[in-house]
Formats: sequence, C-alpha cells, structure tokens
Amino acid sequence: MSARAASLAGRRPRGDQGRRTTGTPLRPAGNLRRRAAISRAAELAMASAAALAVALLVDVVATVVANGAPAISLAFLTQPSRGLAGGGIANALVGSAVMVALAAAIAIPLGVLIGLLLSEVAPGSRLASALELVLDMLQGLPTVLVGVFVFGLIVTAEHKETGLAGAVALSIIMLPLIARSSQQVLALVPGTLREAADALGVDRWRAVLGVTLPAAAGGIATGALLAIARAAGETAPLLLVDGLYDPAAFQLDPIAHGVPSVPMFIYTTYDLPAPSALSLAWGAALVLLSGVLVANIGARILLARSRRRMGL
Amino acid sequence: MTASVNDAMGGAGDLPALGVAPRHRLRLEPAEPDREARGEPLPPAVFEIRDMAVHYGSAQALAETTLDIHANTVTAVIGPSGCGKSTFLRSLNRMNDSIPGFRLSGQVLYRGHDLYAPATSRVEVRRRIGMVFQKPNPFPKSIYDNVAWAPRNLGMRTGLDDRVRHALEQAALWDEVKDRLRESALRLSGGQQQRLCIARAIAIEPDVLLLDEPASALDPLATASIEQLIRALRHRFTIVVVTHNMQQAARVADRTAFFGLEAVDGRRAGTLIEYAPTRTLFTNPADPRTRDYVSGRFG
Repeated sequence: MSARAASLAGRRPRGDQGRRTTGTPLRPAGNLRRRAAISRAAELAMASAAALAVALLVDVVATVVANGAPAISLAFLTQPSRGLAGGGIANALVGSAVMVALAAAIAIPLGVLIGLLLSEVAPGSRLASALELVLDMLQGLPTVLVGVFVFGLIVTAEHKETGLAGAVALSIIMLPLIARSSQQVLALVPGTLREAADALGVDRWRAVLGVTLPAAAGGIATGALLAIARAAGETAPLLLVDGLYDPAAFQLDPIAHGVPSVPMFIYTTYDLPAPSALSLAWGAALVLLSGVLVANIGARILLARSRRRMGL
Repeated sequence: MTASVNDAMGGAGDLPALGVAPRHRLRLEPAEPDREARGEPLPPAVFEIRDMAVHYGSAQALAETTLDIHANTVTAVIGPSGCGKSTFLRSLNRMNDSIPGFRLSGQVLYRGHDLYAPATSRVEVRRRIGMVFQKPNPFPKSIYDNVAWAPRNLGMRTGLDDRVRHALEQAALWDEVKDRLRESALRLSGGQQQRLCIARAIAIEPDVLLLDEPASALDPLATASIEQLIRALRHRFTIVVVTHNMQQAARVADRTAFFGLEAVDGRRAGTLIEYAPTRTLFTNPADPRTRDYVSGRFG
C-alpha cells in the first residue's frame, strides 16, 4: 500500500462531522418510533391472515378425520357400495381412478404440447399471449359450465351419461392447469442450455426433446400431479355427465355406462335416509382428502428434486 | 515498455524479467508470435471477414470489420466492455440469429463459403463451428451423456464410447472423471464443467472452436488449465477466444484483435482498431489507442 492510499484510508469525509450525535442514547428518534409501530402492525396483520388460512385447513382436515376415521376399515376400502345397506367405496375408488387416468391421458399430452408451443416455439408472441388469455379464462370457467358443455357435446349425442363424458369434462379442467404449469417450468430451464444445444449444431426440435423437455420433466410431472389431484375431487361436471350409474355395481367400462366416482359417492350417500350413510360419506371424504394431500406433498417433493437436478 | 507488458507475456519468451516477483503460473510454451516475424507464411485463412457490420435494431454494435482468421491459430479478441467482442464472435457461427433485431451486413466467408448466404444452414454452420460460453453450461445429464448427446443426435453412433473418451482426453478431463461417467455433470467443479463443455464441443469434431470468455467465471488454477488446453487444442482446431483479460490473450493467442468503442455516424460502436501478431500488439502496437489499452491507461 502506498503512502497516498494510507492517507486516503485515514481521512474522514468532511460532511460527516456535522451529523455526529455521539452524546444521545441509541433510542428511536424522530419518526422512527411511528415507522416501527406501523411496521409491527403490518407484520401482525400478515401473520394473522396466514394463521387464519392455516387454521381453516387444520379445521377442515380435523373435522374430516374425526368424522371419517370411524368409517374406515378394510371392508370399506375393498367392498362395493350397497346403497342403503351400507357397503364400501371400492367401486367408486376404481371408477374415479379409471376416469382420472383417462382424463390425464387426454390432458397431459395436449397440455405439454401447448406448454412447449408457448415456451419454446412462440414465446412472447401475439399468439402466445392470446393463448395464455384463453387458458387462463378456461381455468377460471365454473366447472359446472364445463359439465354443461360436455353434456351438450357427448351426452345428448349418445343419449346416455358415461364415464368417458366424465373423463372429457375432467380433462378440460386439467388442460389449462397442465399447459400453464408446463409453460412456467419450461421457462425456468436456463436459456444457456438451449444456447449450448444450438451451438452443437443439433436441430431445434431435437434440442427440445433431448435437453429442454428432460430438464423440465420433474416440474411438468409436478403440474400434472396437481391437476390430477384437482380433477379427482371435481364434482359439479360429474353430476351432469356421469351422475347416472348403478351405485352398487362395478361399472368400469367408461364408454358403455356411467362410472361411479368418489365425489359422486359422497354427494349421493350424504343424502341417503340411512343412519350409517352420513358416516360412509365422511369416510369417503377422508379417503379423497388423503389422496389429494398425498398428491400435493408428492408434487412438492418432485419439484424440489427436479429443481436441484436443473441446478437451480 | 513496462512491467505490465512483461506480466502480460506470462514471463515466457525472451523478455527480461523486470523485478516482478514470480507467481504461481503454469509453464506455457510461448505463443509463437515470432512465426510471422521469421517470415513463415501464415496458415490459410479459415474466416475471411469483409466489411462485416452488425446492428441490433437501430443500434450499431459493430462497425465495418475486415480481417482474416487463420487455420490452427489461436486468435484472441480483446477490448473494453461493450466493444462488440462477443457480437463479433457470435456472428462467426450465427449464434446472434436468434436475437431480435439482429442485422449483419458485409460478408463472412468460412473456407470460401458465405456464412450468411440464404442457402446456408445455420445448424450445419454450428456443427462445424463450435462454441463454448462464458458460464459453464453443462446439460443436467450425466458426464457421459453430456459429451455423447450431440454425436448421438448427429448420427455418429458407432464407437460412441471411444468418441466420448477421446473428447474427454483432449479436454484434459478424462483422468478426473473416468470412474464416474454416469454421475451428474452438475456435481463437477466450475473448471471441470467448463472443460466438459469443451469436450462436448469437440466431440462432434468441429473445424473451429469459438470461446466466449471461457475462463472469466473460473478461479486462477482452473483458468490456467483452460489456457493450457487452448494452447494444446490449436493443433487440431482453429480457435477464436474472446477475453477481457489481456494477460490471458498474451498467454494463449498467436494473433490478437483489439476492438474499441469509436464514434460511427455520431454514435459509439465497436470498431476493430488493430489486428496483429500477439507479441507485436502488446509490445509494439501501431495504434496509440492500442498502446493506451495494453498499458492499462484505459479500459
């Protein structure tokens, strides 16, 4: 260090000396006291709002567990419903699984393709922003309207309510969720990876399939899982397009008949004039809630893993 | 002549040491800048750049530039920030094409072929003219798959294992990773990742390697190994390296192009100021602006 640098380090800026208040104690002065009070009030409001949200969830879960747990048994999960005579939810569980699987088979490929279009082919274009608007509106559509639409599209044409119609309705609900979440996850893939693939003289679509899509796969799966959880609990459209089925039978051919489902089981059983019915409905609600919670937690874990893998 | 120039030459060659304390430094063979001084003919030109100018929208990034880049030569591009070094480099394999508003005038001939001719495929351009970026950007795949991905996609599937091994050996990374080829490339250190990116680029046997500040995100030891690698690779490839580090240019490059910011039509744009054998550019620059820059008076 030169002599000049040393003298620079030792010199105090002249303006500093006027503001020196070494005598007064280190307590809030001026408007600092008021600012601190406002800050504390705001923090309290935010914490209360958050606590309210948590309390609501805890209350819902606790009520469902308290009322539903007594109904849960091996027989409840493995036997079909016998209507007024009791029984279980096995046929509704399997029916829900069939319908959601069908819906996922329709919505995931379409949703991922739309996500790729938005993020890789035409990002930031007028087409993309129009499409984003359409997807967001579709996502905000009351689900009963989706039911009405599918009723007109499939049920009136076939003159019967079917599991397929239910699956189509659920896929319409899933599609915007998957498309938007895929788009967002694909946008997280660092641009440097696309650049690296481009610089290797590999065609664009191969780069998308070989680099971008695999890097985003975990996040896309997360979005799909959340959409599945959402669809599994959807009731309104099923009332319209898949509400007519024999509640006591395993009717699992989604093209030929209506297919039982867990939400519909809850809705119909709740109304039955039998003393055990209410308990069965709570039990089914607990099963549904558990499935949704597990899916959500799984989605979180998946997302964390894929972000780590992406190096984010 | 100052200590900074001797420092810039990495202590190599015949410059007398001017009392600069020796630091840890990799022994590098001198960059042979005397090849031209000895009257040896330059290798044939790989790039013949004629009046190349680049605009982004209405802003001119690069004023008309004319120079040749020679085969099996390390050419460094130096200059202050914003002088168009990266724009220049990325114009040599059409990486700028995807930037909105990019416009190039003039001509860039690569081995006699117009790089920007309508019939030219930019995918093919990039297959022959590879690029390594400032920040290491390995794919989130295994070490092996990083190197094997491009050959696989380009149909070079026979002897893929040998190809991967050879590329990793050329990039001086093989010994460090041979026992963990299936591990994620993201677990490698920054310097290893950058050498992996070089291995990935040379696995498809390009003709030219463009390096955009390849060591600026690395620590000094990793930088030294990248520089050593650049010197070794020039026997097989033609290399153009952008660097903001003059010492690095002096250590690795046979020829150096100095870009500055100059007024063009009233607005400042990157301009080629001097292009010469590296030693000449650093010890006996023809242009006073080069002299100011290499002696540390600006930039």
